[in-house]
Amino acid sequence: MDDLWFSEYDTPSVRFPIKVKRQLHSEKSDYQEISVYESEEFGRFLTLDGVMMLTEKDEFIYHEMITHPAMAVCPGIRRVLVIGAGDGGVVRELSAYRGIESIDVVEIDGRVIDVCREYLPQTACGFDDPRVKIHIQDGIRFIRHLENVYDLIIVDSTDPFGPGEVLFTKEFYGNCYQALTEQGILINQHESPFYEEDARAMQSAHHCISQVFPVSEVYQAHIPTYPSGHWLFGFASKGLHPVGDLKEEEWNRSGIRTRYYNTDLHRGAFCLPNYVKEMLADE
Amino acid sequence: MLDQNRVPILEGLEQMKRNRLVPFDVPGHKRGKGNPELTKFLGEACVSVDVNSMKPLDNLCHPVSVIKEAEELAADAFGAAHAFFMVGGTTSAVQAMVLSCLKRGDEIILPRNVHQSVIHALVLCGAVPVYINPQADSRLGIVLGMSVEDVKQTIAKHPNAKAILVNNPTYYGICSDIRQITKLAHEHGMKMLADEAHGTHFYFGADMPVSAMAAGADMAAVSMHKSGGSLTQSSLLLCGNRVNADYVRKIINLTQTTSGSYLLLSSLDISRRNLALRGEELFEKVKRFSDYARTEINAIGDYYAYSKELVNGDSVFDFDTTKLSINTLKLGLAGIEVYDLLRDEYAIQVEFGDLGNILAYISVGDKNKNIERLISALSDIRRIYKRENRDLLDSVYINPVVVMSPQDAFYADKESLPLTECAGRVSAEFVMCYPPGIPLLAPGELVTEELITYIQYAKVKGCTLTGPESMDVSRLNVLKGDN
Repeated sequence: MDDLWFSEYDTPSVRFPIKVKRQLHSEKSDYQEISVYESEEFGRFLTLDGVMMLTEKDEFIYHEMITHPAMAVCPGIRRVLVIGAGDGGVVRELSAYRGIESIDVVEIDGRVIDVCREYLPQTACGFDDPRVKIHIQDGIRFIRHLENVYDLIIVDSTDPFGPGEVLFTKEFYGNCYQALTEQGILINQHESPFYEEDARAMQSAHHCISQVFPVSEVYQAHIPTYPSGHWLFGFASKGLHPVGDLKEEEWNRSGIRTRYYNTDLHRGAFCLPNYVKEMLADE
Repeated sequence: MLDQNRVPILEGLEQMKRNRLVPFDVPGHKRGKGNPELTKFLGEACVSVDVNSMKPLDNLCHPVSVIKEAEELAADAFGAAHAFFMVGGTTSAVQAMVLSCLKRGDEIILPRNVHQSVIHALVLCGAVPVYINPQADSRLGIVLGMSVEDVKQTIAKHPNAKAILVNNPTYYGICSDIRQITKLAHEHGMKMLADEAHGTHFYFGADMPVSAMAAGADMAAVSMHKSGGSLTQSSLLLCGNRVNADYVRKIINLTQTTSGSYLLLSSLDISRRNLALRGEELFEKVKRFSDYARTEINAIGDYYAYSKELVNGDSVFDFDTTKLSINTLKLGLAGIEVYDLLRDEYAIQVEFGDLGNILAYISVGDKNKNIERLISALSDIRRIYKRENRDLLDSVYINPVVVMSPQDAFYADKESLPLTECAGRVSAEFVMCYPPGIPLLAPGELVTEELITYIQYAKVKGCTLTGPESMDVSRLNVLKGDN
């Protein structure tokens, strides 16, 4: 068998190679290079501009952790906006909540959705929910003119070094604040604290969000195929506290099935290592 | 039309590199080898062409080969009879225009919203300014163009003036009727000069306001380094066929360096080729960016990004839609305040902010995502900082009272007084609000209470004031004993 490997460069001198059985798809869209591979260990996986987005084997960790903590803090969430998330994983998790009335998905690159629908039904199945409405647009543009519309905004962006860059800016977070209701929560993927470049992006994102939202906390998860495996998320709100306002019993009564998330882990996820605390305090 | 694919200066530099010429001439860094830190910073490709004039590379002061050819190509591309490559910024091109047409005591008709370089040139040559009060839009707080009727009246009062100067366009994108004004100038034996620091693209874009050369003007100073894409400080001086270009060259050489930078010269040559071959398409893209941003910004509310609707057939004869000028007064914020917020809070640097407006410079180098960021940042500034419109100064234009020529006042006996005590005295200095670098006060003009209030207000709002010896403009040099 051919000795094919996909390598993601975590830094210029560190890489994470995965043995590949075959490449299922590759194209250059208007925004980025979209590829899907099949591997022995991780199943199928999606990359954008050579950066790992998700694998079938560990995507559940990321998608559960970017979705359920906010839902467990505010079970009354009705209207949800998801920015990015062309793979459908976040929407799939949201679909489990019957109380949600509408889910708007804003993805800048329609080709990502098409490719995922074809090759990654495990996550793209989320798009079949009738509450989902897809908008092919730049997230920052979509949200600019909205006021008091959403109870939850999830920013499932790529890294801040490509088309996703605008989703890490203060102006974007400010626009999100305006689009959220009084009970509103903003969740974003927050990069990793481990490697220097990722850590700087994480610090800058946290700094910007903290300037905009009165509550701005960070939580973590362990995602094997992301650089360093140690990944952070941001929880920002106009008042709700991610741990103090956790509706533990209510969430557990809801009977939502998860493989990674649970309400004990929810509390623990907001307990951060000292070096991360220091980084967040520095900014 | 000459072959616009040619780039004679670039070709000359490449030939020089291929010949592996051993440098026993200046510059002393010898292709960067003598200054490794500089080479590391700028890159070897860059420092290896930072060379001196030599036969194969021609001489900017006396062009006979590659620079001459490059200037001919530029003249051809811009529809001029002659083009000079300038390395002292458009300031040097403007000064060369003024010094070529005027001498001591001559009058020049011009709007007051000229760049400081024009009046600086008057200090050098001793000519006397005759200002036409430009029309103003008090709602936007901007000065407009010159009305043709005002020009006619001024010519009638000053029939011996030697030249008329027009901004084509202003910093904000506003054009006067340069065709009509040129016709008037020529009917009265005056030279027509155009400051086209913000109008390079008029020569290449489709459906643009008319360029000075196409309008029949005699000379134009064109900032290639703005919309043309060349390096900062490189510029063009264009001449029409009524101008003696050999005399203009002598004027340029009075003040121009004899060590013209080949980085600047080659950037002019390369940019001219790019504009000649692809300019129309490039500026279409810029117009699309600006039009899109205008629509989106106007949808935010309170901001007003203006465009062709200002056109009134006279003082706004045409509008340059590549310019993204945004009025901020309805937000309750001065333009300069929005300018500072964009930089300090959102890491976005715009070209300038004045008391009522900001100008975001849009070019072919822009990307969609950055345009989106700018629009969203403006939206967020409105969310956070919008306030009742109070104590914003609406005065946009202060009528200068010229008492004597700028040169006479500049060199006269003077004394330094606190700014607040200067009312009623004649200034010996300039006061500029920067950017855009348009003088509030020039030597030879009366200092008024109104002007002092304006200067103090601009200082409080965070404008950078330049010009006087007193760096913080707390004092002013005025003429001795004229009170």
